Amino acid sequence: MAVPSDIQTTFLLGRLDWNAIPQDPIVWATGVVVAIGGAGLLWMLHKYRLWSYLWHEWFTTVDHKKIGIMYVVLALVMFVRGFADAIMMRLQQAIAFGGSEGYLNSHHYDQIFSAHGVIMIFFVAMPFVTGLMNYVVPLQIGARDVSFPFLNNLSFWMTVGGAVLVMMSLFVGEFAQTGWLAFPPLSGIGYSPYVGVDYYIWGLQVAGVGTTLSGINLLVTIIKMRAPGMTMMRMPIFTWTSLCTNILIVASFPVLTATLVLLTLDRYVGTNFFTNDLGGNAMMYVNLIWIWGHPEVYILILPLFGVYSEVVATFTGKRLFGYTSMVYATVCITILSYLVWLHHFFTMGSGASVNSFFGITTMIISVPTGAKIFNWLFTMYRSRIRFELPMMWTIAFMLTFVIGGMTGVLLAVPPADFVLHNSLFLVAHFHNVIIGGVLFGLFAAVYYWWPKAFGFRLDPWWGKVSFWFWVVGFWTAFAPLYILGLMGVTRRVRVFDDPSLQIWFVIAAFGAVLIAIGIAAMFIQFGVSIARRDQLRDETGDPWDGRTLEWATSSPPPAYNFAFTPVSHGLDTWWDMKRYGQTRPRAAYVPIHMPRNTGTGVIIAGLSTICGFALVWYIWWLAALAFAGIVVASILHTFNYARDYHIPAEEVRATEDARDRQLASAGV
Amino acid sequence: MSTATQTAPGDFWEVEPHHHHEGASTSIGFWIYLMSDCLMFAVLFAVFGVLGGSYAAGPGPKDLFDLELVALNTAFLLLSSITYGFAMLAMVKENTRGTLMWLGITLVFGLLFLAVEIYEFQHLIHLGAGPQRSAFLSAFFALVGTHGLHVAFGCLWLVTLMIQIRQRGLIPANRRRLACLSMFWHFLDVIWIGVFTFVYLLGMI
Amino acid sequence: MTSIEAQGDKHRAERQAEAHGDQHDDGHDHGSVRSYLTGFILSVILTAIPFAIVMAGGFESRFLTAVVVVGMAIVQILVHMVYFLHMNTRSDEGWTMMALIFTVVILVIVLSGSLWVMYNMNTNMMPQMNHEALGLGS
Repeated sequence: MAVPSDIQTTFLLGRLDWNAIPQDPIVWATGVVVAIGGAGLLWMLHKYRLWSYLWHEWFTTVDHKKIGIMYVVLALVMFVRGFADAIMMRLQQAIAFGGSEGYLNSHHYDQIFSAHGVIMIFFVAMPFVTGLMNYVVPLQIGARDVSFPFLNNLSFWMTVGGAVLVMMSLFVGEFAQTGWLAFPPLSGIGYSPYVGVDYYIWGLQVAGVGTTLSGINLLVTIIKMRAPGMTMMRMPIFTWTSLCTNILIVASFPVLTATLVLLTLDRYVGTNFFTNDLGGNAMMYVNLIWIWGHPEVYILILPLFGVYSEVVATFTGKRLFGYTSMVYATVCITILSYLVWLHHFFTMGSGASVNSFFGITTMIISVPTGAKIFNWLFTMYRSRIRFELPMMWTIAFMLTFVIGGMTGVLLAVPPADFVLHNSLFLVAHFHNVIIGGVLFGLFAAVYYWWPKAFGFRLDPWWGKVSFWFWVVGFWTAFAPLYILGLMGVTRRVRVFDDPSLQIWFVIAAFGAVLIAIGIAAMFIQFGVSIARRDQLRDETGDPWDGRTLEWATSSPPPAYNFAFTPVSHGLDTWWDMKRYGQTRPRAAYVPIHMPRNTGTGVIIAGLSTICGFALVWYIWWLAALAFAGIVVASILHTFNYARDYHIPAEEVRATEDARDRQLASAGV
Repeated sequence: MSTATQTAPGDFWEVEPHHHHEGASTSIGFWIYLMSDCLMFAVLFAVFGVLGGSYAAGPGPKDLFDLELVALNTAFLLLSSITYGFAMLAMVKENTRGTLMWLGITLVFGLLFLAVEIYEFQHLIHLGAGPQRSAFLSAFFALVGTHGLHVAFGCLWLVTLMIQIRQRGLIPANRRRLACLSMFWHFLDVIWIGVFTFVYLLGMI
Repeated sequence: MTSIEAQGDKHRAERQAEAHGDQHDDGHDHGSVRSYLTGFILSVILTAIPFAIVMAGGFESRFLTAVVVVGMAIVQILVHMVYFLHMNTRSDEGWTMMALIFTVVILVIVLSGSLWVMYNMNTNMMPQMNHEALGLGS
């Protein structure tokens, strides 16, 4: 099936009718599985009466820790979807040789590679990173929550709303067939007349609101809520990189929002920003979207640089080498990331002067990155490294990322880029840095902070299985793409003529299978660890002999994080506390002032999702109604002045006494 | 740890309950939001800069713009800025009635601004110079319209806040909100300086 | 109205304490009648001059007119920043100013970068359409 040839529009349902259900056996089978699984999940929730628990303890929560965990859960769910897309592509490309069409038609294949990119960046990497920052940053700076707890909840649900829209496109209508950045004129109404690009637009816009608000929130949290004594140059390095990431979010997502609005106007109103006639200029879209797109890359990688720094310092038992240079390198990357965007479209024809400028800035940005690598190496030099899982992922990152970085510098040379542009070499390069940098870092972070979040460690054996399948699988899957790219194979191709290429695609597909085993091992690891949680229990709150403040509280931390505010006297505050034998005070506990849960975030995000869905399908009355609902709900929310409560002193005392008993039993 | 005998540089915990200054983050948070909004306008200005000369054989600024109307609108917005300033001064003096009065006057100017702008848009569309006519007009309507939407949103917020001040007086939460809206309102005025300069005045040279 | 004022009285003490705290904490200042009027008068002048110049047909050199008009706009933006938005280096430990400076830097990059990139793109890729390429009201 392709796009319905005659799109009827009715008042009640807009473009929505029975033709919207894809007539594709693969989609049907997926739909059946999802429906059965979803029904089973709902039945379980109903049977064990979990609705109320979920609503009161999780969905409406304003606790940064729970919101952080929910972000990561969202990211993991979407990761499975994004990976399913990936393995379908690898399979298609491995078999579509010698006259075979493969098993995916072009309409389906084009949606898959678009959805894969969109999901992996916007709904896996972004929520994963945001979730981590949400969980860890307030703990690291000794705060009780973020600056705007309600906005935090709203941001999360807006992200979910965007994800829901993208997932919905699988079963109702279609997704974009334009690639993950939806360049016009292909994404214009003339070439993409049906709902695919509209799902893309509204999915990203709804989620983008959440991302921007959460960026502002975390930025202000770091600026305003640091523990007394924690000056900027005493902040843990992960907090520093989070600060820079959130600066980038706040300063780049508006560009994406505005650009997508203009594309929306072209599609819905008939304006001529990026059209082929009446003065429109499609290249302006490419220019604008990459002004957002390049900082976005650093939004993803910077927090993970912070994770690696924390991990290296912890598992070598040393203060991070070159803390100051690490901070300056991060700040440099933050600024420089705005000066390189054109290297994504050297071939578009801006000429030698423009291309050389952006080529040189791109090469310069590898300097602070290299400085970071040396800092980690020097921290490890002559230290007693403990090869726990987070450290293993860090080593794998350093080996993998350096190669990805070098192929990046290669692509920064405009003449080389003219050869390699849009080839599988490029695909291999950015997977090399995003998987080898971002994803490996996220895994390191999960293994590192899991005990803090849940009170028990993850099973190391399954973790090592996952690790080795992942690392070997990654190289098996992407090394062939480098080779194919150098041979001139372009990206997003569905069928091939030259049979000599097939072997490389088969190897790549085999690599994807190895990665699939790695992913399965990780989920098995979660299950096994939950089952064995009593043996893996962390009683101390400090399972890795950590250095920063999140390890000063219990695992998992109480709702208020710290009964008393910690005071910093240098870098690595918790390390200092241990060094000077400082213990938690047991003074007179006082009631703790905390924000109150609210369902407004769920309501506003739900209405936004409905509004987005209605706009996708041209159901104007529903869109107007939902939009009015958003405005009314937001205004009503401002009339609620009672947004906080106090945790009574007795409750704090009881929690802290329980922690004393736990520490005593652990022999600390 | 073995070195526990070293003297600590000071206390590591703040045992005295310290007063949490509520809402201390609001103004910087809102300012950062404005900065991100500003970058959204930067994109619209950039688009106008690039596409502003693409008339597609259609009407250009000199055929369409009426500088007297723009001057009138600029005056409305500028007056609303100072009346909002007087509202803030009344707030500092704890004068609830004065605050409400000046906010009301600000609202009137805001609505007048919107009325003139709607008239202008309607007039252009009537002339056949709607946003679909050329890339120049698309960019013009997007930039000026986005600013107008912001003003409309500001008016809605102003009404909400006036009701809240009537209900609860100038309590700290409302004072914070007034300060935020003040930043928003003056920020829109700053954007308007860019609009009338780059879109209207430079277009008419 | 009296009920509102009564309510106002009730909260006056704590508000003053808070207002004091505000000043102390983040250096916010709400200006005075005098500063608002100064800002207003300067703005009126800085708006009236460029409007008058353009409405009168501008100088002989269009470039000079553009420079004067844009220059006035920049000065007026600064006037608004100082007198209406009360920008200073003290509020929120300088973070307000820092955020503004960072934003201006990014803004300049986005604007000048886009114009530069697109101008070159148009010249190289669409030389026949040069008459339309980039030009504020050309």
